[in-house]
Amino acid sequence: MIPGSTRMVFLPDPRPMPSNFFSTVKTIYEATLEDGFSMWKRMKERMTPTDIVMWLIGGGMLALIIWGSTATLIAGRYTAHHWFDFMVFGLAQGSIYALIAMGYTMVYGILRMINFAHSEVFMSGPYTAYFVAAFFYSSGFLDQQPIISLLAIFLVSMSVSTLIAVLLERIAYRPLRNAPRLVPLITAIGASFFLQYTFRGLYGSGFQAYPVVKILEGEWAFWDFRILKFQAVVIVAAALLMAALYTFIQRTRVGKAIRAVSEDKEASSLMGIDIDRMIVTTFVIGGMAAGAAGVLYALMFKQVHFSMGFIPGIKAFTAAVLGGIGNIPGAMLGGIFLGLVESVGPSLFLDGLGIVAPYQLKDAIAFTMLVLVLIFRPTGILGEKLAVKKA
Amino acid sequence: MLEVENIHAYYGHIHALKEVSLTVEKGEIVTLIGANGAGKSTTLKTISGLLRPRKGSIRLDGEDLIRYAPHEIVVKGIVQVPEGRRIFGRLTVMENLEMGAFSCPDRRLNSANLERVFNLFPRLEERRNQVGGTLSGGEQQMLATGRALMANPRVLLMDEPSMGLAPVLVDSIFDTIRQLHASGTTILLVEQNARMALQVATRGYVLQTGTVVLSDTAENLRRNEMVRQAYLGES
Ligand SMILES: Nc1ncnc2c1ncn2[C@@H]1O[C@H](COP(=O)(O)OP(=O)(O)OP(=O)(O)O)[C@@H](O)[C@H]1O
Ligand SMILES: [Mg+2]
Repeated sequence: MIPGSTRMVFLPDPRPMPSNFFSTVKTIYEATLEDGFSMWKRMKERMTPTDIVMWLIGGGMLALIIWGSTATLIAGRYTAHHWFDFMVFGLAQGSIYALIAMGYTMVYGILRMINFAHSEVFMSGPYTAYFVAAFFYSSGFLDQQPIISLLAIFLVSMSVSTLIAVLLERIAYRPLRNAPRLVPLITAIGASFFLQYTFRGLYGSGFQAYPVVKILEGEWAFWDFRILKFQAVVIVAAALLMAALYTFIQRTRVGKAIRAVSEDKEASSLMGIDIDRMIVTTFVIGGMAAGAAGVLYALMFKQVHFSMGFIPGIKAFTAAVLGGIGNIPGAMLGGIFLGLVESVGPSLFLDGLGIVAPYQLKDAIAFTMLVLVLIFRPTGILGEKLAVKKA
Repeated sequence: MLEVENIHAYYGHIHALKEVSLTVEKGEIVTLIGANGAGKSTTLKTISGLLRPRKGSIRLDGEDLIRYAPHEIVVKGIVQVPEGRRIFGRLTVMENLEMGAFSCPDRRLNSANLERVFNLFPRLEERRNQVGGTLSGGEQQMLATGRALMANPRVLLMDEPSMGLAPVLVDSIFDTIRQLHASGTTILLVEQNARMALQVATRGYVLQTGTVVLSDTAENLRRNEMVRQAYLGES
């Protein structure tokens, strides 16, 4: 017998049926009024003074944003071309955030911890690959074989970042798997500093200028719009990587197993899934994405430094939170959204308010967003409820 | 086939299993009954390697299993349908079943197993692309059982498959267990529904506060005065 095949039985309404149209309307009206009133009462009961202050702050920010944007658009200081450039830059920057955010979100998904040392996973790759790039540049190979050189740079960067990510998991996090959640968090921060100063010791404390790749200089024209080549390459490369990563997680056996382990470790192990291996694989994927993002970052900003991971790291973390931490498509969207808001926002929101040099406030915008999301919607924009059902 | 000998298991200082021994022979359904907190789930967890016993041995066809990790024990052929079903709520029915087959790389065997599961639970085939979390309780139990069958169990451990289900569904779960038994699957069944469990089982063990207090054929247990009073609700 197939269970669940019984049908729903509709019971007759116990309320007396109104006899004419007006009384029907009246009944509905009264019912609505009652519902509305009780809802208001319930809301009033639940509202605390903090809530009210929070909502006032939120409303105030929103009003400022609308006011600023309207003023900017009316002033008309920026042309369509300006906005287009902002958008492309934002998209490029955002794709990089998105790639880094994958690491945060996936590690959170599987271990329920924020890997604060992920910014150093991001830094270690491109910083190491810098030496390869510099060698190619000085030997002239970079100009002769730019594609091969770029591939080699990516390969080195991704390998180093992956190696660092795996070592982190193995040395710093695995022994603490069953410790209270604060412990690995503190360890992560410690590991972050340790790695920064290790790389400072290894490679020096100065800024290193990444060599210019000639084929990525200049711009492509689309009709009336121009797009910087390196920005286009960053966007396309990041999009391809994210598509590959998403397909891997969605379609492959190992990708599905990673999702299973993220949901329920014990049940996964009862299905024959080696949990440690899936966790390592997660760190490998995050490391590869961060290493690739690092090269894209270096191509865009043309320099590397031992503390270069800090700001993009926090931004990517913000992106992951924006998208709902643990949620992979959320992290991608969150990254791109943050990149766009950061590049379009200062001119759009702040210029109209008469703020001088608004572009210097882009970090402030990003972190204001982080705080707002954490206050109003801690589950992120894509709002997946993270069930805290630990046995 | 499966021999558990004098195991002692602890949660911190709590001595949850005290000298538990049981055996399951090939083709048998053995049931483990007992009140809440008697240690039934703990016994299954220990067999599956989720909990390491401090003393005693667990052997499958003579091979000691204690040194293996949970996922390796699945490869050895002991597969558990855990208490509360524990299906992957965000994975689809198909993906859940694939996870069951994770340790089994043989594609032909997997598709044969899938066919078997779909024959047993046609409902799962209809819902193959639905996300696990949206299945009804009965369907989730089918999925949990199907998922375990995908791993080719030599011994299937089932922890309270009838828990929280309506009486009609409980009947259908026990029908399934009978069918599995008829097709030669060896089962160790943990149940609070002692009446039903003793009807399908060949032998049974009664667990009380971490100790086996009785073990006999199911028929004798059904007649036993103590079992009738304490677990069958008869006077
Ligand atoms: N993770 C745990 N930590 C500490 N004590 C535990 C844990 N799990 C179970 N126990 C204790 O071990 C004893 C046996 O628990 P177990 O879950 O094996 O009982 P059970 O027979 O399966 O009960 P039920 O029928 O309610 O499922 C209980 O006293 C329980 O409180
Ligand atoms: Mg139990």
